[in-house]
Amino acid sequence: MAKFQSLTEAVAQNLSDGDRASFEGFTHLIPTAAAHEAIRQGRKGLTLIRMTPDLIYDQMIGMGLATKLIFSYAGNPGVGLLRRVRDAVENGWPHALEIEEHSHAAMANAYEAGAAGLPCAVFRGYRGAELAKVNPNIKFIECPFTGEPLAAVPAIRPDVTFIHAQKADRKGNVLIEGIVGVQKEAVLAAKRAVITVEEVVDSFDDLHPNLTVLPHWTIASIAVVPGGAHPSYASGYYGRDNASYLAWDEIAADRDRFLEWMDRNVIKSTPAEFASRVTGLRVAA
Amino acid sequence: MSANQNLGFTPDEMMTIAASRALKSDDVCFVGIGAPSAACNVARLTHAPDITLIYESGTIGTAPDVLPLSIGDGELSDTALTTVAVPEMFRYWLQGGRVSIGFLGAAQLDKFGNINTTVIGDYAHPKTRLPGGGGAPEIATSSGEVYITMKQSLRGMVDRIDFYTSFGHGDGGDHRKRLGIDTKGPTLLITDLAVWRPDPQTKEFTVTSLHPGVSREDVQKNCGWKVRFADTLETTTEPTALELKTLRDLQARTKAAHEGGAKSGKAA
Repeated sequence: MAKFQSLTEAVAQNLSDGDRASFEGFTHLIPTAAAHEAIRQGRKGLTLIRMTPDLIYDQMIGMGLATKLIFSYAGNPGVGLLRRVRDAVENGWPHALEIEEHSHAAMANAYEAGAAGLPCAVFRGYRGAELAKVNPNIKFIECPFTGEPLAAVPAIRPDVTFIHAQKADRKGNVLIEGIVGVQKEAVLAAKRAVITVEEVVDSFDDLHPNLTVLPHWTIASIAVVPGGAHPSYASGYYGRDNASYLAWDEIAADRDRFLEWMDRNVIKSTPAEFASRVTGLRVAA
Repeated sequence: MSANQNLGFTPDEMMTIAASRALKSDDVCFVGIGAPSAACNVARLTHAPDITLIYESGTIGTAPDVLPLSIGDGELSDTALTTVAVPEMFRYWLQGGRVSIGFLGAAQLDKFGNINTTVIGDYAHPKTRLPGGGGAPEIATSSGEVYITMKQSLRGMVDRIDFYTSFGHGDGGDHRKRLGIDTKGPTLLITDLAVWRPDPQTKEFTVTSLHPGVSREDVQKNCGWKVRFADTLETTTEPTALELKTLRDLQARTKAAHEGGAKSGKAA
């Protein structure tokens, strides 16, 4: 049953040192506020899982929270590379980072397998791709009916998944709309799900029946954090802060500048600050 | 290329427009991140108005007014026919065989259309860690055919790539077939200097058309392998006024939107 909590409580009760944790969001609805709370609480030894680790994993890895990263595209979308992830992989700063690298198709299938309660995902992939040689978690099996070789990867089963969504109703059911990415699968694959939302409404009675709604009993905790996806966007609420993505490339290029930025904007900040970060980005209702 | 400065268009513009011309209205095109996005949208705004553009964020039949900075900008879902979840995108639409053209960019490319976007140097101890494959490994093998666009450079077009992120024609010839891959693979390469097509037998990319003002030497100087040229070498048709205006207007709208930040959030 979903508990409405402060983000501080939600993270403290659901994320432990050493967890396999997924903070999902495919460009849209990225759970930045939750990631920043995890950084403030100083979690260690995490295995971070995400198809598209972007700024938040750059920040978490740069602050030393993670010992392993499972991913399929580690870039600053449309801008370039993730400089803190690079520093960890290339130079072991702030400490060594183990990586398990996949393609998008593999991770999307692996989350789906996790949600479906299967031990692995089977798909037509990695043909001729060298990742299959460097990642022991990519194997090939033969279709028992046609003999076709197919790729197999283990299902993703996070200890905890964090996502950001547009709204919850008072019972704790959650709506996601627009680019929905792999969030539904990531929630249903996880032991626990923590969701930050833009707002709480009385009921979902007037929603179209085919929208992506996560029932309250699939969710451990909900925290209301308006603007909590900034600098990504929340369709219907605020636009993407592209300028922040461009600026991040410079901030993350230098270790000292990065640490100074994190101290000012994360360590000494609070979830309540997010609302003010999106005031200039709000869309007309 | 300095030679192009008097032509009224840049090599980049020629590349994007030449790439856009390869697309048709009845294509279903899976648009890779980066350079392909501009070409695909110029095609849609000029000669291919009914083209279906798909981005890996799940948007099908999208018609963005400005180029997305990321493959998941709100503009893409706001203007799409429908938006599906990412697992569905890769399972039903790409793996299911619904995509006719996969349009990819490349950090490093070899003469057989194999692409590296993973690492420069050794995988375990890379000199440069690149973002990785994302959707490309399966786009390269599940799309009906693959178009590639990139700017030429000695660093980018190399004799041997450091990592086979996305399989093209492998070692050439029938390598795809031998791996059981029944799609065509790379059939077209558009650079800022030339149009290239694979040799029917060896599958090595061969220059079939030089862009206006570009010489064979220009192409060779900016390519790390020994370049083959077709026996009958064409000159790429110059951009038309409409093509240039369409591209420049699109880039101006895009620049304004990305710098403004606030303006990029359109109501759904």
